[in-house]
Amino acid sequence: MDPLKEPVPVMPTAHYAMGGIPTTLWGQVIKDEKNTVVPGLYAAGEAACVSLHGANRLGTNSLGDLVVFGRRAGIHAARFARDADYHELTEEHLGESRERIERIKNSTGKEKVAALRAELQQSMMDNASVFRTGELLQKQVEILKELMDRYKRISIDDKGDAYNTELVEALELGYLLEVSEALVHSALNRTESRGAHAREDYPERDDENWLKHTLAYKVEDGKVAFRYKPVVLGRFEPKARTY
Amino acid sequence: MQVTLKILRFDPAKDKKPRWETYQVEAEPTDRVLDLLHKVKWYQDGSLAFRRSCGHGICGSDAMLINGKNRLACKTLVKDLGSVITVEPIRGLPVEKDLIVDMEPFFAAYRAVKPYLINDEPPPQRERLQSPEERARFDQGTKCILCASCTTSCPVFWVNGTYIGPAAIVQAHRFIFDSRDRGKRERFKALGSGSGVWRCRTAYNCTEACPREIPVTQLIEEVKRAILFDSF
Ligand SMILES: Cc1cc2nc3c(=O)[nH]c(=O)nc-3n(C[C@H](O)[C@H](O)[C@H](O)COP(=O)(O)OP(=O)(O)OC[C@H]3O[C@@H](n4cnc5c(N)ncnc54)[C@H](O)[C@@H]3O)c2cc1C
Ligand code: SF4
Ligand code: FES
Repeated sequence: MDPLKEPVPVMPTAHYAMGGIPTTLWGQVIKDEKNTVVPGLYAAGEAACVSLHGANRLGTNSLGDLVVFGRRAGIHAARFARDADYHELTEEHLGESRERIERIKNSTGKEKVAALRAELQQSMMDNASVFRTGELLQKQVEILKELMDRYKRISIDDKGDAYNTELVEALELGYLLEVSEALVHSALNRTESRGAHAREDYPERDDENWLKHTLAYKVEDGKVAFRYKPVVLGRFEPKARTY
Repeated sequence: MQVTLKILRFDPAKDKKPRWETYQVEAEPTDRVLDLLHKVKWYQDGSLAFRRSCGHGICGSDAMLINGKNRLACKTLVKDLGSVITVEPIRGLPVEKDLIVDMEPFFAAYRAVKPYLINDEPPPQRERLQSPEERARFDQGTKCILCASCTTSCPVFWVNGTYIGPAAIVQAHRFIFDSRDRGKRERFKALGSGSGVWRCRTAYNCTEACPREIPVTQLIEEVKRAILFDSF
């Protein structure tokens, strides 16, 4: 295109998602505020929260995180695999996943994955984006409830088993809805501004009440319970980024 | 504008051989072919299968034969193609479904050239230093995104699927000419074999197909020469 004749099209794109799955320094997934490890489950990178980036990951620190903690998680997982026994995969374990897949494949509902996902993306962008307010987040809580309800009525064209990317997109939409729910409820709950969480109705950082990690637990659609974990500060005190 | 999109489709569960399907899609001239495929998949026929991830030419997952040329769907604009667009899977690899091919033979060739630093010397106290000139020597190959556009546009590869192919040679070049690497002899075993570099007939299809503008044929020739001079 010729920028002398037409405007250059510009649009924002996702650069980084500040994960959330709490882990130990060895990448082992932690499930509560007492640092209870889920044996054999590991996370590293964007998906994980080793708690080294503070409340806002700074430029270039992601790749450093990957190299160090990806390696550590790999080493630990290899050790674990060497000593662990195989578990039998029973119908009890498989049943839930199988049911979830069959439900989507057999559904005759009228909702479409792409349309629902577009609504989710647009509303999250409008209501839970960079600058947040209690009012907008509350609005998004209600929108998510509605979208989750409609998600139960999605159906797909592809009923096959080989490279069914439509089924994958349908399953992923379900996870996106759950992650959105954890994000929005936690953001609404956190009545302060810190790092990448900027509440226009609570512009100040509030160390007295909020210098802690949020652990979000799904109770049911639309209902999230919270627990908290202290932040290990070590040598570094939290400071305002003033440059 | 209205675009007629013809896609060569294949469903292993239903079809004996690939079949053409035609779709009418409303598009902007600045839309990418990937946008058109999404419009079909999301709003017309959800069963259409293709690979893509990054959407901006860096992951290498959406190489396709578009209007007769291998290109990345995410980097090819509608305005450069016109209102009739054909899309087929890249050639020479078994089709799994629609535009998805089995990449395993491609990656087997990649693994065969040992695409990682080989150096058993004890590591120095700090990093293995390299001058800017030494770094520049293998710069072109570092730009490869393993999209397979080159290998699957190569007539030698179409006829003889065991040919290691341009992409693997580009990857080998990246290490052979790296001053820190000591593994060239190990790589020459695969590269100098009957399915290695000597199969290349310098057709230049690879260089034309590469979305990263790597001078693929030139790098292949440099590897040929390195093997030749190494034997004296
Ligand atoms: C344009 C851009 C520039 C950047 N520049 C920098 C930089 O200069 N410095 C820096 O430090 N960081 C940078 N970042 C951030 C950094 O690159 C990323 O944070 C980092 O690569 C993330 O790595 P990851 O392994 O956590 O996640 P990813 O690399 O996203 O890996 C996730 C993997 O999971 C796979 N996956 C997804 N779903 C499934 C599933 N259901 N089953 C199996 N597999 C699945 C995906 O295919 C993918 O391979 C940049 C990011 C972007 C987008
Ligand atoms: S050399 Fe170019 S065409 Fe070949 S795999 Fe690498 S990026 Fe793709
Ligand atoms: S989608 Fe990643 S290169 Fe095109």
